[in-house]
Amino acid sequence: MKNAVGREIPDFLLKDGKEVYQGKNYMDGKYIQKASPRTRRYETPQESKLVETLADALKQCGAKSGMTFSFHHHLRDGDYVVNMVMKAAIEELGLEDLTIAASSLGNAHDPIADYIEQGKVIGIQTSGIRGRMGEVVSAGKLKTPAIIRSHGGRPRAIEGGEVHIDIAFIAAPTSDCVGNCRGIGGKSNCGSMGYAMTDAKYADHVVVVTDCLVDFPNMPASVEAIDVDAVVVVDSIGNPKKIASAAARISQNPRDLMMAENVAKVIAATPYFKEGFSFQTGVGGPSLAANLFLEKYMDERNIKMGWAIGGICGPMVELLKKGKVGKVIDVQDFDLDAVNSINQTPNHFEMSASQYANPANKGAFVNKLDFVVLAALEIDTGFNVNVLTGSDGVLRGAPGGHPDTAAGAKCCIIVTPLIRGRMATVCEHVVTVTTPGDCVDVLVTDYGIAVNPLRPDLIECLNKAGIPHVTVEELKEKAYSLVGRPDDLQWEDKVVAVLEARDGTILDVIRKIKPYTLDEG
Amino acid sequence: MEILKPAIAGTLESSDAQVAVEPAEDGIELYLESSVMNQYGRQIKATVLETLERLGVEKARVTVVDKGALDCTIKARVECAVFRSCDASDANIPWGGVVR
Repeated sequence: MKNAVGREIPDFLLKDGKEVYQGKNYMDGKYIQKASPRTRRYETPQESKLVETLADALKQCGAKSGMTFSFHHHLRDGDYVVNMVMKAAIEELGLEDLTIAASSLGNAHDPIADYIEQGKVIGIQTSGIRGRMGEVVSAGKLKTPAIIRSHGGRPRAIEGGEVHIDIAFIAAPTSDCVGNCRGIGGKSNCGSMGYAMTDAKYADHVVVVTDCLVDFPNMPASVEAIDVDAVVVVDSIGNPKKIASAAARISQNPRDLMMAENVAKVIAATPYFKEGFSFQTGVGGPSLAANLFLEKYMDERNIKMGWAIGGICGPMVELLKKGKVGKVIDVQDFDLDAVNSINQTPNHFEMSASQYANPANKGAFVNKLDFVVLAALEIDTGFNVNVLTGSDGVLRGAPGGHPDTAAGAKCCIIVTPLIRGRMATVCEHVVTVTTPGDCVDVLVTDYGIAVNPLRPDLIECLNKAGIPHVTVEELKEKAYSLVGRPDDLQWEDKVVAVLEARDGTILDVIRKIKPYTLDEG
Repeated sequence: MEILKPAIAGTLESSDAQVAVEPAEDGIELYLESSVMNQYGRQIKATVLETLERLGVEKARVTVVDKGALDCTIKARVECAVFRSCDASDANIPWGGVVR
């Protein structure tokens, strides 16, 4: 069945009430029945929940084959915890048919590809999938199709019982002996632990893995001891150098800066740019640089930003410290400036993924956003964005908060160079639709700006401000004139991954890629 | 032109292509690797073969490692490798003739 972004969704996926994507806010007003976990009572006062090894913790939580284990990705490419838990479960306890439900997975998790090939891991539910894992899943080696969700879609699925977590593993930079966790104060700090919060509340069992045991009580706790079954102390939960970069530097690339300046111009031309406006930006080159130019316009008009959300990095903390932003609310930190600021700098707060972006709760932060500035691997003439699959059709990205913030914000700006090497970023049809075009308002490239025809109000704003713009078709033709028109990718029938829209409907599927031959036309 | 000895042009940098030519007994043997194979492989192959034909190369073993180069880059790398292979790259390059 074809969905609202023109993608053919196979019927076998449309069972148990699953529907195809029908457009933004389709689920509005519907009710969901929240799931509840089955948790163990610890009535006899415990001095400590420390257990010796991960294998012991798994046994204590009744780990068995067929279970779903959850993880969060605040340790990013430095994470050791996913691999160490799966190794203990598979190699020490001999478990099989396991499903990994993670907020994201990355290059740090290459070893999991082996477990997929051996058939020990049969399910993957995640936002990001990259590296060898992306390759083996794209090659059709995972037993069930992977399920890809946005950062807001994941807590929706967990709260609604679509994912039942048997054991949640919390990678904790610090914990006390009963499992109060924080993202700071240790040796592998990550700052916010927002993605882990829903897991801890909805999992049957919760195991904290830490490399820095601190005195009780570790407060204020991001994950609370009342939800934790066991605490395991390991040598290291991650490589601090890869958890948070030294400082997210603002790009010096003149092309990035030119695009960033145009982003700021567009923002300043809209009616939403007024005292107390709200903002989120990604950490890509031009998106991050937009901060710099935006500050100039804020000074010029003597206005301040009310609040900013998202993955947070240094330049935003800097604006907070200068008093140019009222509050920063933070689900994840990307650099040490942000890690060292959360809950330390006044008005820099932590939030859960549900509070950030869940479309099925009663009002996530993204719903109050004025602006979001985002990147794209590809964007097509319907303004649909792909941030998941490479131009060869292989999984190597993550929707992350992209679809959530785009849907919530009053003005969603995509900033991307027109071409990357020989790849046309602006194209006829994106490989995979990760953010539907009805959520995207403006496209800023190095060859021009295009406004979604769904937003005549914004077109008028740009015209009034004298900002030149063209159609997205013109940008696409410009791109193809430079790099040539690409051949269409060839797919087999087998579905290797299902991409859920943030509301739980099916937005797109990723199929197994056909081997390419140089000879047929 | 005749390929007299092995020669190479280009780099493995992003947006470039490295082209190596070697003498061959018969016809054109092409080995192609590309970071954009699935979308541009056939176009790259066509560009390489056209360029060789234009230069009058009939016998060669050609290896192209493409890192997302544009067509103009691929042509230039093929031309340069061919001219180097017959010591014709130092002077009197036929700009506007077969090189265009």
